[in-house]
Amino acid sequence: MASITVASAPARARRIGVSRRQWIGLLYVLPAVAFVTVFFVIPLGMTAWMSLHNWPLMGEHAFIGLDNYFAILRDTRFWNALKFTFYYTLIVTIAIFAVAFPLAIFIERPRPLTNLYRTAFFMPAVVGFASASLLWSWLLNVDSGLFSPAAFDLGLTERKVNLLATFQPAFWSIIAMVVWKVAGFTMIILMTGLQSIPQDLQEAAVIDGAGPFARFRAITLPLMRRTLALALILSVAGSILAFDQFYIILRGGPRNQTLTAVYWIFNQSFVSFKLGYGAALSMVLLVILVALSLVQLWLLRKPEGLD
Amino acid sequence: MAEAMSQHRKAAFSLARHSTGIIASVLFLAPIVWTVLSTFKPAQEARQPPLPPWPTTGFSVENYQTLNTFGDGLWASAQNSIYVSVMTVLLSVLVSVLAGYGFSRFRFPFRDFFFILILSTIMIPFQSILTPIFLVLTKLGLHNTLTGLVCVYVTLQLPFSIFMMRNAFDAVPREIEEAARMDGANNVTMLVKVMLPLVWPGVVTIALFAFLGAWNEFLAALVLMTDQSKFTLPVMMTALQSGRFGAIDWGAVQAGVTVMMVPCLILFLALQRFYIRGLMAGAVK
Repeated sequence: MASITVASAPARARRIGVSRRQWIGLLYVLPAVAFVTVFFVIPLGMTAWMSLHNWPLMGEHAFIGLDNYFAILRDTRFWNALKFTFYYTLIVTIAIFAVAFPLAIFIERPRPLTNLYRTAFFMPAVVGFASASLLWSWLLNVDSGLFSPAAFDLGLTERKVNLLATFQPAFWSIIAMVVWKVAGFTMIILMTGLQSIPQDLQEAAVIDGAGPFARFRAITLPLMRRTLALALILSVAGSILAFDQFYIILRGGPRNQTLTAVYWIFNQSFVSFKLGYGAALSMVLLVILVALSLVQLWLLRKPEGLD
Repeated sequence: MAEAMSQHRKAAFSLARHSTGIIASVLFLAPIVWTVLSTFKPAQEARQPPLPPWPTTGFSVENYQTLNTFGDGLWASAQNSIYVSVMTVLLSVLVSVLAGYGFSRFRFPFRDFFFILILSTIMIPFQSILTPIFLVLTKLGLHNTLTGLVCVYVTLQLPFSIFMMRNAFDAVPREIEEAARMDGANNVTMLVKVMLPLVWPGVVTIALFAFLGAWNEFLAALVLMTDQSKFTLPVMMTALQSGRFGAIDWGAVQAGVTVMMVPCLILFLALQRFYIRGLMAGAVK
């Protein structure tokens, strides 16, 4: 826009030149648009299309209308997977915040060694979920791992307990692993929120005689609304899509009790090769995630009057 | 007297703070350190519980050597991972620098539509469109190829990296461009010679995220790479850990995990500034 106001050559020639130059912009963004179209928009449309078909890997596919969706209604194992996914999401999000918030407060202000601590807390976050899962599957192994043999050696247990054999210890082991891996990440996000709160506001409250708890509730929490919402949504969305840790550490066990929604879709699509049914399940997941994104946009809206 | 008290309290506070910090740091670092130390045990010792974590019966790199005996070997998977990650970095940087420049500096029809289209893909989980991606890659003849995987990874990086690059270009004053244009620079030389050095920090940030994303991605690689010779490290190591190559060799698993972790840790420590910058950009927007 600024370039249009430069008027040295005759105005009309200038405008034509400008508009042609502006069109070149399309060429610059074309590769990106092509990638997104071919590898995202088209597959997205295909998911919707395939969900209306009986679509085996080999052989002909047949249009069956909404039958896949009716089948989902009767698919108790999918609903169990979804129920487990939400349960996991709830617990792991609480656990992550319970660890990440105190850490964020701990590293918020620059004091000696703060940077070193922050880096240490954050290290597991740069390791991939697959690496972290493989690492913990070893630590959790009953014979060659760390936890069971250590507990046995210390006399805490009478024999080596297989942590992955029953639901409760297996589930909480996963929670521990995910908190270890993700807390540093959430901590950094919460830290940015804490740092954006004006220091003088806190000081004024101290002068007014507000205790630390009152200050936290009346100043910190409201002013951190957008940051909290962001950290919350990132955690919830990531947890609903959880797959790596349950596949690598538990293989969905014990007794298929830890199959997540993505895991179930993976099984239907790429183990049973029911591609149409898998697509219908994917649509359900997709609707949940898009709804979540809309909630996110609403929570992250700019505070009124500040925009 | 009061001063001595406050001195005292300060020291106590500092002590409490550092002990908390050190204990928490140890908890976060221990699993990583434990694994890395354990990989240097002889294979026999690596099968035993890692107590203590360091080798007690002699230093050995046996675990890394045995890794190469499974399937096509660790080195083959590592090469696949390196290829996929480096290509993802190069392609996504190229595509998003061009797009970021285009979105920032030109006004063309559908500009906002395209920008919102690209950004909105972040709302949709790619896990839900993997099957059609599989079919599209088959149609394009990219089925079961590392190049196909690269295309998928680049697409997944684009919303973040184009957002970053557009902001980076937006921050460059237009006067700089106009001065260069006076000197007769055309669009391409302008972008490469004038603009690129100015947005370099953004480029490093998106390159870092592209590398980590591609290096660590598991589900798409698991689904799309059906041929063992095409396995990336996470898929290969999971196959090994699941006992696909016979009894699970935990020493080899630790060695493989170390190979997967160390590049991420080194890159992060070297480029921490850029990493945090990327996180902030995502968090503050």
